[in-house]
Amino acid sequence: MESLTFNIDNGYLEGLVRGFKCGILKRDDYTNLVQCETLEDLKLHLQSTDYSNFLANEPSPLQVSTIDDKLKEKMVIEFQHMRNHAVEPLSTFLDYITYSYMIDNIILLITGTLHQRSISELITKCHPLGSFEQMEAIHVASTPAELYNAVLVDTPLAPYFIDCISEQDLDEMNIEIIRNTLYKAYIEDFYKFCEETGGATADVMCEALSFEADRRAFIITINSFGTELTKDDRAKLYPRCGRLHPDGLAALARADDYEQVRAVSEYYAEYKLLFEGSGTNPGEKTLEDKFFEYEVKLMVNGFMQQFHYGVFYAYVKLKEQECRNIIWIAECVAQQHRTKIDSYIPIF
Amino acid sequence: MGYLAYYSGTSVVLSVLTLVGLYYLLTDQGYRVDFGWFLEETSPYMWAYIGCSMAIALSVIGAAWGILVTGTSILGGGVQAPRIKTKNLVSIIFCEAVAIYGIILAIVMSNIVAKYPSDADDKVIAANYASGYKLFGAGLTVGFSNLFSGLAVGVVGSGAALADAANPRLFVKILIVEIFASAIGLFGVIVGILQVSNAKMGEAAGSG
Repeated sequence: MESLTFNIDNGYLEGLVRGFKCGILKRDDYTNLVQCETLEDLKLHLQSTDYSNFLANEPSPLQVSTIDDKLKEKMVIEFQHMRNHAVEPLSTFLDYITYSYMIDNIILLITGTLHQRSISELITKCHPLGSFEQMEAIHVASTPAELYNAVLVDTPLAPYFIDCISEQDLDEMNIEIIRNTLYKAYIEDFYKFCEETGGATADVMCEALSFEADRRAFIITINSFGTELTKDDRAKLYPRCGRLHPDGLAALARADDYEQVRAVSEYYAEYKLLFEGSGTNPGEKTLEDKFFEYEVKLMVNGFMQQFHYGVFYAYVKLKEQECRNIIWIAECVAQQHRTKIDSYIPIF
Repeated sequence: MGYLAYYSGTSVVLSVLTLVGLYYLLTDQGYRVDFGWFLEETSPYMWAYIGCSMAIALSVIGAAWGILVTGTSILGGGVQAPRIKTKNLVSIIFCEAVAIYGIILAIVMSNIVAKYPSDADDKVIAANYASGYKLFGAGLTVGFSNLFSGLAVGVVGSGAALADAANPRLFVKILIVEIFASAIGLFGVIVGILQVSNAKMGEAAGSG
């Protein structure tokens, strides 16, 4: 009966987000962008899309980083508009989407302050969707426990810190471990929330989040080869809400090289396809690219059902992918290095 | 938690009913559970007016619900695709037609109701009672069929608005689905009219 009651609170916002989704660049737009010779051409072509005059006030010569900032800014404005109009439980759902950006911002600020950068410089590099009130108060803390008590206990991420408050000092390795522990707690919490919401939201979101969890597990494993991260520590970082839990995660924890990771993926039909098509030879897609492609496919499928919250999550992810695509093309154009310009991931 | 409340509620109600029924049965008072007495004692006006109110009330609930479901989607979709605004008002009109069916039948029904003297012929009284039941039945028919028709048109209209915003060629095809959803409300009205067609109340009732 979700179809009868969903529109009472969320009908306008669903219509709005579907309107935004129709503005996402299509293959024809990408074909036009790829043929640009300069960044000014790119700006001209983007004017005829939903982006219209977003670069109008930028001084020339145009920089790729400016384009990146303005693209993000547009998505953030749209998201904030929807968040401001949302009521429970959609507002909680949208907040959950922002928590992943908050985690990235916190880690960025901690790393920055450790390297003696000024707070104001770091704040400009933070993702606007993940801003929270205590951001400016992150100062040099020597242990995570201090940092937690001083700043983080008032943020919405406080419950995720339970697992990683320790008396060990903050250093490079520990910060990555903190990032992954936070993310694990966040994604498991989000998964539980979506499951409890039920209906089509659970259908779409649980699929998306379990893929995200498995993707993190694979990436953590592959990136940890050759570092000091022990297998036990690694196993503690895997989110447990994906398809790989529990057997796949146990196998990944024991893996020593890329071939063993690929062997684990053989047990799961979807992941087997992703690993098969990828490699580091020229002409093949990398594993990250295959993961992005699969994510785009899942997100596009999320729009196929009506009356669920997954469309908002899917919209954010697709806009992010579009951002990455445009910046890739812009970089290739700016550096006049056009051999791999077609490696963007088409969405529609 | 919801299941616990639901199951405990229904089991309490059912056991109370069973115990009351068994009490009457076992104490030789079964004759007191008399449905015929109930029908004779209740006034036909009660049945007639309950039918009349169900006709209009349930139709309006269906229309209102449908309009709310489709209206919000039209508003949301109309932000990025303003061209859908005027065309999609057709969905709202379909929803509202459902309420119009309800009010037509309610007016017809309330015009049928008339006074009869309490010392009238048996035949007149019987005809009045029969008309009361006819109006009750017709009211339920029209009310419920319009309720669900309105809901159906609303949900389909919401999909139509969003599909139209994405691709203008889809609207006419989805409109056909809406027409079918609207038709079922019409069936209810037709049957309702048939049911009240020979319902007559008042002094002249028995002669027809």
